[in-house]
Amino acid sequence: MTTTHMPPTPTEAGGPTYGYDDLPALMSLMTGDEKHDSAATSTLDVLWVLYDGVLDVTPATVDDPGRDRFLLSKGHGPMAYYAVLAAKGFIPVEWLPRWGTFDSPLGHHPDHVLVPGVEISSGSLGHGFPIAVGTAIGLRAQGLDSRTVVLVGDAELDEGSNHEAVELATALGLKNLTVVVVDNRSATWNRPGLIAGRFEVEGWHTTVVDGRDHSALAAALRDRPGRPSVVVAEVEDKR
Amino acid sequence: MSTQRDPRETFAHTAVDLLDEDRSVALVYAEISGQYFGQAERRHPDRVVNVGIREQLLVSVGAGLALTGLRPVVHTFTSFLVERPFEQVKLGFGHQDVGGVLVSVGGSYDLASAGRTHQGPGDVALLDTLPGFTIWTPGHADEVEQAVRSAVAGSGRHYVRVVAQQNSRAYDVQPGRFTVVRRGRAGAVVAVGPMLDPVLEATADRDVTVLYAGAVRPFDAATLRAVLDAGVTTDVVLVEPYLAGTSSRLVADALRDRPHRLLALGVGREELRHYGTASEHAAAHGLDAAGLRRSLDAFLGRRAA
Repeated sequence: MTTTHMPPTPTEAGGPTYGYDDLPALMSLMTGDEKHDSAATSTLDVLWVLYDGVLDVTPATVDDPGRDRFLLSKGHGPMAYYAVLAAKGFIPVEWLPRWGTFDSPLGHHPDHVLVPGVEISSGSLGHGFPIAVGTAIGLRAQGLDSRTVVLVGDAELDEGSNHEAVELATALGLKNLTVVVVDNRSATWNRPGLIAGRFEVEGWHTTVVDGRDHSALAAALRDRPGRPSVVVAEVEDKR
Repeated sequence: MSTQRDPRETFAHTAVDLLDEDRSVALVYAEISGQYFGQAERRHPDRVVNVGIREQLLVSVGAGLALTGLRPVVHTFTSFLVERPFEQVKLGFGHQDVGGVLVSVGGSYDLASAGRTHQGPGDVALLDTLPGFTIWTPGHADEVEQAVRSAVAGSGRHYVRVVAQQNSRAYDVQPGRFTVVRRGRAGAVVAVGPMLDPVLEATADRDVTVLYAGAVRPFDAATLRAVLDAGVTTDVVLVEPYLAGTSSRLVADALRDRPHRLLALGVGREELRHYGTASEHAAAHGLDAAGLRRSLDAFLGRRAA
């Protein structure tokens, strides 16, 4: 993953196609780094697996009411997110090098008003999951079978607003809602097993997987167990 | 007065009617007012959601519903709708740039005996820090129904401040347009929502214009300027049923090219630390007719007529 690949050039058939191996180079367009630390890439594999084979959403369907929703609640460190969105054609690769500058649509926290395919503006922790509960209720109320998948960080779960959401999701039987917790043990008061245990005791379908194992992630994220589901994706320690 | 509808019940019945009429309307509440919503919840279990005592979630769920294209009505007591989850309002609705209708009950002191925890006189001032909110301040149950229906049928972000105190008659309320209730030459009194009846009583023998604001944002600077242009003084009195001075900056902005005097009346900043009734709190803040008369005498002179 530390090997630097240059982004492919456009093909005659249309837009360029990018694979997982191109993501570090796309991220380097933003960071200038040849090598990214584990914090910058903690979400990379989850994001890739979601957009490569789990979510039913494409650049052509970003406004389709029936699309799957992916909400990045943990909005900081969004380089991996932008890289995946660029790789999948939601945003132009040309946007990446100028990220964070005044006229760029790409900030250090994403803004859904500015970026196609970004479902929510995030940055302040503890908002995306509660919003996702509302999104899941709204889709169900309209008879849509779409899923809502929301990504939170393990330390983000410090915010009490998340626990309001954990409780209501099972009370309402939101089987169209999946939470992905990217766990790099960055929470100060983390204890092993605490995250999965909290969800489990509230009635969630709980899976703990290696956050770098694409087939394990895909299997866990594709699963629709008939109740709210949480996938705890464990990656390297932040510190 | 005994034949008047109750404003809070009117809100609830209007919300239920809208749920029956329009499949794009959803109601989110947090236990409060649940006594009115049981049947609607059984009829529309997917569009009526009681989140329990979870007010951050209350507002964020409303925002999430809006992101899917529904029109959410989000409801609880004033302090738990605007103050406790203020960042959810700022980010969930404002920053996401989605629309919704926030409806509070309780206002500044309807729950006088409950104490400070259940009183929200700072709500309009807080929402004023965010762009784009239409703020309705109905002073009559009929205006509550009009406000809720208009806000739900419209787009964008709306706040409807439902309080128990009512005026003796309703007006046709339109955001951005104040109603000229009485014309005079010695200045203008802007009465917001239920402050109209006490203002009319306190100014009965004064030659002042009385403007009525059943919706206070957008602020109708044009009508204020027009009535002052027709008079002989540029004295302005604001009478607001929430934090005193909330709209002062808008008066200053409306009259920035004209020398003028402003008296801003409303709920005081200091805690009363008294219980009792709403009318006792109104009097304690000088917002009953007698208190308003004292303030007007001091500001305008004992008798301007």
